This record gives sequence, structure tokens and C-alpha cells, in this order.
Amino acid sequence: MLIGHQPKDFLLAVSGLTVSFDGFKAVNDLSFYVEENEIRVIIGPNGAGKTTVLDLICGKTKATSGSIQFRGKELTKMKENEIVQTGVGRKFQTPSVFEDLTVFENLEISFPRGRTVFGSLTFQRDQLVKDRVEEVAEMIFLKDKLDTYADELSHGQKQWLEIGMLLIQDPDLLMLDEPVAGMSVSERAKTAELLNRIIKNRSVLVIEHDMKFVEDIAHKVTVLHQGQILSEGTMEKVKNDPKVIEVYLGH
Amino acid sequence: MIINSRFFNRSELMGFIALAAVLFVILPLTLDVFRLNLVAKYLTYAFVAIGLVLCWGYGGILSLGQGVFFGLGGYCMAMFLKLEASSVENTKIQSTPGIPDFMDWNQITALPFFWQPFHSLTFTILAIILVPGLFALIIGTAMFKRRVGGTYFAIITQAVAAILTILIVGQQGYTGGINGMTDLRTLKGWDIRPDHAKIILYFVEVVLLFACIGIAQFIRLTKLGRILVAMREQEDRVRFSGYSVANFKIFAFCMAAIFAAIGGAMFALNVGFMSPSFVGIVPSIEMVIYTAVGGRMSIFGAIWGAILVNFAKTSLSESFPQLWLFGLGALFIAVVLAFPNGLSGLWADYVQPRIDRLFASRKAKADWADNSVADGAPAE
Repeated sequence: MLIGHQPKDFLLAVSGLTVSFDGFKAVNDLSFYVEENEIRVIIGPNGAGKTTVLDLICGKTKATSGSIQFRGKELTKMKENEIVQTGVGRKFQTPSVFEDLTVFENLEISFPRGRTVFGSLTFQRDQLVKDRVEEVAEMIFLKDKLDTYADELSHGQKQWLEIGMLLIQDPDLLMLDEPVAGMSVSERAKTAELLNRIIKNRSVLVIEHDMKFVEDIAHKVTVLHQGQILSEGTMEKVKNDPKVIEVYLGH
Repeated sequence: MIINSRFFNRSELMGFIALAAVLFVILPLTLDVFRLNLVAKYLTYAFVAIGLVLCWGYGGILSLGQGVFFGLGGYCMAMFLKLEASSVENTKIQSTPGIPDFMDWNQITALPFFWQPFHSLTFTILAIILVPGLFALIIGTAMFKRRVGGTYFAIITQAVAAILTILIVGQQGYTGGINGMTDLRTLKGWDIRPDHAKIILYFVEVVLLFACIGIAQFIRLTKLGRILVAMREQEDRVRFSGYSVANFKIFAFCMAAIFAAIGGAMFALNVGFMSPSFVGIVPSIEMVIYTAVGGRMSIFGAIWGAILVNFAKTSLSESFPQLWLFGLGALFIAVVLAFPNGLSGLWADYVQPRIDRLFASRKAKADWADNSVADGAPAE
């Protein structure tokens, strides 16, 4: 039984986040909070700073000021690989997979074991690894392509492979940058199905332009405009916000 | 699902057997000692080439300063040999007997402190590995932790090669200057100059080369080998899969440095001297060319590249000393433009499929013969 009011524990707490590139503030005093098991979609016009926010969280870009707390740990002071190891996974906008390696090897590299130089020299491809790789390969519709080199995959399959590489890391926060961009209609449907399956038991932060897709998956939507939050809330609320209609949804 | 867990696949095994046959049997039986010693000299560059395959071919880190590590290894070995050749009775005509001749010529009267430990062979062998290894660790850490890579890294390694050459040439009293360390005679009292010693040293070198091939192949087959390939293509993806990219680059660079140093040490032993002309920019770039010509993605290809280009260099530079460098440059451009995977790429594209087809058709014939016997049997 809880006595009194307990402060809510957020998985991710971004507060006062600012980054400036030569004076241009791509993200300006941004604050938002993501709860456990929440699916948050970030939308906004081009240049709103959506991708920069993900870059800041995963450590690719260093913040000028502000803080990003993940499970109480300050991410702005950590290196990229340490951020990954605390449980933040990130998918890039263009599919970035290792084309000279097979699907199996791509997934195996993301398996969270043997991530040091010595660890990777002594890494053994044991049954646990094989089972996990096959399990994930099945989820991402690539089970019969394990020995295929990634450069022979289609654009959509590469996107799935990268999502699979994140899944095998089993992150607590999954960040996806336009996961269905450039996909065919049938691939889009399959990806939505895939995402609905993998978002269980973890929080997800998604950037997406496809409003139908956003409506399908989002618990909460954050609208960014010029590096600041224009509106935040449920899809229903955001859709009817006159400011949002003016800068983003109206045209 | 097929996972290849063998150490060599079939074509690599053929490459291994071919190289072993040539180096252990065919060349020693057919060449005279002078030519065999030349091959030993070429093979010292094969060590560098193996390192470049790992570092450049796999890891995508182009180092234009491998001569630095070749030189450091070579100088460590040469310092030991020089000290042994400078015993008091060998140098009694000097004003200070017991120190290397070039020190005496430069009015140095006592052995410098950093030369002292090179009286010990154990220390020397450790130094051959550790000095270049640590130097590569320092350069690698300074560069890769700051995310300096690609062309910038290549240019900086080239600058290091230039700096080390200038340092060696400038500090004549301590290093032997532009002439290098010459007149190396014995290793623990065993004369390295006569023919039978050259033959033994050749075999020692070939054994060491195969040991290095084994180490490189082992690294290539571990997950680290695959991470190197992954890093070359998508550095960020590796970083955001939880790896410290810099550490892996440092490792590959250090391994390449150590292989180069072993080659340098064998150079001092086999050729009998060491000089700054094997340290600077030009030899460093030549080493990259051997690797590129042989094939930067193939350990065996790079070794053949080192042997063949050096063989061509010896033959052609005797007849056309002016034209050789143009030839080498043209060769490099041809490799980059026409066959980026070098000789091993050509082999894999044109020769290997024919061999495979030959095997396949033989196998098919054998199967057919077996079947016809089996089919024929009940009829009789």
C-alpha cells in the first residue's frame, strides 16, 4: 500500500534540452517525459529537430545544455556505446546494415555479449546465440535469408533487418527514425504488425510522417516545430489543435 | 543453415597449401642461396602485408606509415646485433672500444642508456613486439579516440613516417644516421652471414610467417573480424550496437604494427643491415601497394603481392632504374581502377570458378560412373 503521493518514475526524462549549431538552435529548451511501456510518436515539419532529438538521446550529438535522464542515469555525459549498454537502442533513418555480412552475422553482432575487444575475440557462437538469432529472424520475416548477404536484401528487408538488430539488443527504450519510409504498401502493413509485436514490454520513441501509421500505434504524440514543442497529447487532441493544423497537418 | 566453423575454407586451404609448397619446398630446392635470400627479403614485407590486410582491408584503416613499425622492429633487432658485433676485441682500433663504430665516429664515448638493455636477446625480442605495439597504441589512442579517421589518419601516419626518418638521420651518433646500422655479424655467437645460416634464417622466417598467417586468420574468423568489416561499412551502426569503435580500430592498428615489426626484425637478420630508407614515406607507400596489388581482402593474396611486386622491382630496377617508380605508380593506379581486389580478386573471379567447374565435372563423371555400375549390376 502506498502512503501519500509517490513521484512517478519516468523511463526517460528530457528537460531543458538545447543544442545549438553555430548559433542556430536546432532544439530549444525542450522537455518531455516518456513512461514505461509507452509508445510516443514525434511528428513535425521538416527541420523541426526530430532527428536531432534522437541524436541527442543516443549520444550522436552532444547537447549544449539541459539533461536527459534514463532510469535516473544522465545520458548526456555518457559515450554512445555506454548509452546502448544501459538500454537505449536506435534505428537510423536510412537503413544501416552491414552489407558485406550475412543476415545471421548482422544479427549476431548486435547480440549483447562480448562487446569488448577481448570479449569479441573469445566470443563463441553457441546455441543460445543461434536460437536467439533465429527467433529474431523469424519475427522480422528473414528466417530463410540467414545466409544471405545483406546487400542482396530489398530496401524494406534492410529496414526489418535493422529493426531486428535492435530487437536482439533487447533495449528498454527503442528509438525508430521513420521506420516505414520508402516501403511498399504491403511492407508497410507488415512493419506495423512487426512493430505492434515488438513494442511489448518496452518504451518506444518513433519519428514518422505517415499519419495513418501514427494513429495506429501512438499512445501519445509530441509535435515539434522549430526545435520546440508545439503540442503534446493523444492523437485526437493533437489532430484538433489549431496550431498543429496550421504548421503541419493543414496542408 | 550452414555455418562454416572450419579454420580455412576450401579455396583458402588451397592457397595455404600452395604457399607452403612454394615457400618450404619449391623455392629452397630450385633457387641458389643468393636468390633465396632475396626471397627472404621480399617475405619480410609479406608480414607488413598481413597486417595491412587486417587493418586496411578488413578494418578500413589505411595506414601510410607501416614503415615506422617495420623500422622500429628492424632497429630493435639491429641494435642487438650491432652491440654483439661491437665487442671490445672487434672494435679495439676505435678511440672508445666496445661501442658501435658509428658512435665512435660521432665522438660518443659511452653507450647511451637506451642501448644498454639491448645486450639481452630476451629484452630485444620483447622490444621488437612491444616498442612498435606501444607506439601504435599511443598513435591509435590519440587519433581514434578523437574520431580522426580516413584520409586524415593516413596523412598523419605519413607524417609520423617522415618524422621518424628525420629523427633517425639527424641523430647519427645514436642511430647510425642515413647509413643505418651495417656490418651485423652474429646472433648469440652464431654467424648470420654464411650460406647455411641464410638458409636457416629463411626457414625461421617462413615458419614465423605461417605463425602470423595463423594469428591473422584466427582474428579474421572471430567476431572481432566481422566487427572490423562492419565498422568499415557502417561505423555508427557498430557504435550504436554497443561497441567502442575506437578500441577495435586501435587493436587492428596495433596488430598491424606488430606484424610489420616482426617483418622488420627478420629484415635485419636476413639482409644484415637496417637503414632509414626502410622507414620513410616511400617504403611505407610501397608496402600499401604490395597489399593492394595482392588483394587487400586476402591474406594469401597480399603475401603473393609482396613477393611478386618485389620480384618485379628487383628484376626491373636492374634493367630500367629510372622507369621502375613509374611502373609501380602505374601498377597502383591500375589496381585501384581496374581490379580493386587485386590479384586475389582476379583469381576469385576468373580462375577459381574454372577450378570449381573442373572439380564439379569430374565429380559428376565419377558419380555417373558409380551410378552406371550400380545400375548395371542387377542386369548381370
